[in-house]
Amino acid sequence: MGKVLENKKVSKDFFLMKVEQKNQALMGQFYMLRAWEQYPVLSRPVSIYDRDDNTVTFLYKAVGKGTEIFSRLKKDDEIKIDGPYGNTFPYVEGRIALVGGGVGIAPLFYTAKELKKQNPESNITIYLGFSDEAVLTEEFKTVGDRIITNVGGFITDEINPEEYDAILTCGPLPMMRVLYEKGKDTKAEIYVSMENRMACGVGACLVCTCKTASGNKKVCKDGPVFPAKEVFYDESK
Amino acid sequence: MMNQNSTLAVDFAGVVLKNPVVLASGTCGFGQEYGKIFDIEKLGGLSLKGLTLHYRAGNDGIRIWETPSGIMNSVGLENPGVPHFAEHELPMLKDYHFAKIVNLGGHSVEDYVKAVEILNDYDFDILELNISCPNVKGGGMNFGVKTEIAREVVGKVRQICKHKLMIKLSPNAEDIVSLSQMCQAEGADAISLVNTFLAMAVDINKKKPVFDNGYAGLSGPAIKPIALRMVHQVCKAVSIPVMGLGGITTWEDAIEFIMAGATAVQVGTASFMKPDIALDIIDGMQEYMNRNKLRDLKEIRGIL
Ligand SMILES: Cc1cc2nc3c(=O)[nH]c(=O)nc-3n(C[C@H](O)[C@H](O)[C@H](O)COP(=O)(O)OP(=O)(O)OC[C@H]3O[C@@H](n4cnc5c(N)ncnc54)[C@H](O)[C@@H]3O)c2cc1C
Ligand SMILES: Cc1cc2nc3c(=O)[nH]c(=O)nc-3n(C[C@H](O)[C@H](O)[C@H](O)COP(=O)(O)O)c2cc1C
Ligand code: FES
Repeated sequence: MGKVLENKKVSKDFFLMKVEQKNQALMGQFYMLRAWEQYPVLSRPVSIYDRDDNTVTFLYKAVGKGTEIFSRLKKDDEIKIDGPYGNTFPYVEGRIALVGGGVGIAPLFYTAKELKKQNPESNITIYLGFSDEAVLTEEFKTVGDRIITNVGGFITDEINPEEYDAILTCGPLPMMRVLYEKGKDTKAEIYVSMENRMACGVGACLVCTCKTASGNKKVCKDGPVFPAKEVFYDESK
Repeated sequence: MMNQNSTLAVDFAGVVLKNPVVLASGTCGFGQEYGKIFDIEKLGGLSLKGLTLHYRAGNDGIRIWETPSGIMNSVGLENPGVPHFAEHELPMLKDYHFAKIVNLGGHSVEDYVKAVEILNDYDFDILELNISCPNVKGGGMNFGVKTEIAREVVGKVRQICKHKLMIKLSPNAEDIVSLSQMCQAEGADAISLVNTFLAMAVDINKKKPVFDNGYAGLSGPAIKPIALRMVHQVCKAVSIPVMGLGGITTWEDAIEFIMAGATAVQVGTASFMKPDIALDIIDGMQEYMNRNKLRDLKEIRGIL
């Protein structure tokens, strides 16, 4: 059980919620959140936007029943928070691109912070793609060396994968696929963070399975981060 | 908390369960994940992820969809296959002292028989025969819907199965009462019911069913009243013990199933609300017994 410290609207439908919770979570992991008793039945997986040892902050988009309930939470309200679950983004170095589409930008904030902390020499460019309104670009400027945003178009048009040693991305599957196609023949290592629907969140129910080049993987337990070439493999080969 | 004069322990077809609460197949994997989150040793048992003779990759497309008070799933029996399970997953449970229930599905009578022949050599408590998985094209569904088709697989498996045999019934059966009576007549040791209800959801923007298979299995609180009615009917019709399930979320739900005649219960979908919800159910049942000065669940079982 966590306590809401702050829950503020940052755009038409994006919210930042800070929750009191002792943790040692890693970049790219997620929590199963729940602010109701029995209904909706399932808890909602949400990535770590930012954290310190005593708090976790989530960036979420109000899209349906569950996130709408989150959006109504007030300071001091209780929220069930199970986790952190899943693997992490890899600790890559050098010239790094973080590419987020929509609410897929969420896990990139803390990831940028961590990568910079791990190796201050790394150069981090953050690409943020939005459909109608840019959010949190000022905040992202504090954790990246360069911020590139695109509203209403394709963020993948902005990036030249040749320039990078590593590309970490989270967002709609078609966006991540385009990015992979663009970058697969370059030296850049590409990693994707998947957002399959989940039920248990821990690897017990197999509803989040992702078919990969090395067989079925559980997005909640083996992921959510995978090498892009594992996910976008050519099934005919 | 355990009252000395009062026990939740039950004798289920000769298998002693320390309490009558078992996690349902497909919702708890092979126990390893929940084992890291809470003390699964406190459970009455675990019904493990449904197996088939050979490895299955499971279904493509969306596998889970929420409904008001329920979920629909289309996992399609993704599993490592019986030989892999027997050598790798089953041994990981050897130090636990709850009832180990191995759940087996299949696509042909021959597959069921071959799988049972392999499992005969391994140590566990109950074989739960899934004749009812609605997810697999041309598979489980056919066996579980018609009593006479189910009879063939139940009869053949009974002849060779060395373990206690529990048949898991489909609520999609044409006649659940005759199906349960057939299981008893063929020599099954127990019955569990219900599996998921065949259901459907449509993506109106794509103008297509949500699930690649068209239909999927509905579970959770939404099905509880129907499941309870079916358990009641079956308990009236057979004398072998019944494990009741379908939407059980609270200890009150569990007591309802016991009163309807179930010897034990299984908890599935509810674990997705809270991983250790089964422990809350166990505690709640014990407190109910204490409050009502019950020494044994027998005193309320099948009173309706
Ligand atoms: C590992 C992981 C991390 C995530 N991180 C974040 C995050 O940081 N911030 C955030 O806002 N969201 C995140 N999501 C997505 C978030 O879990 C869903 O948006 C949320 O569950 C929707 O719940 P709801 O009740 O509001 O919507 P619902 O009423 O359940 O659904 C509203 C709409 O969203 C669709 N939808 C629901 N779940 C998903 C899904 N998993 N994938 C695609 N479409 C879906 C539904 O089909 C429906 O059209 C993450 C998901 C995963 C698996
Ligand atoms: C994700 C999921 C996977 C399941 N897999 C199996 C399975 O492999 N074998 C089986 O017999 N039942 C399976 N079931 C059915 C459950 O064991 C149970 O019969 C059903 O969900 C009803 O109980 P509940 O409402 O408590 O979940 C599955 C259910 C769910 C939700
Ligand atoms: S959500 Fe249950 S296995 Fe991933």
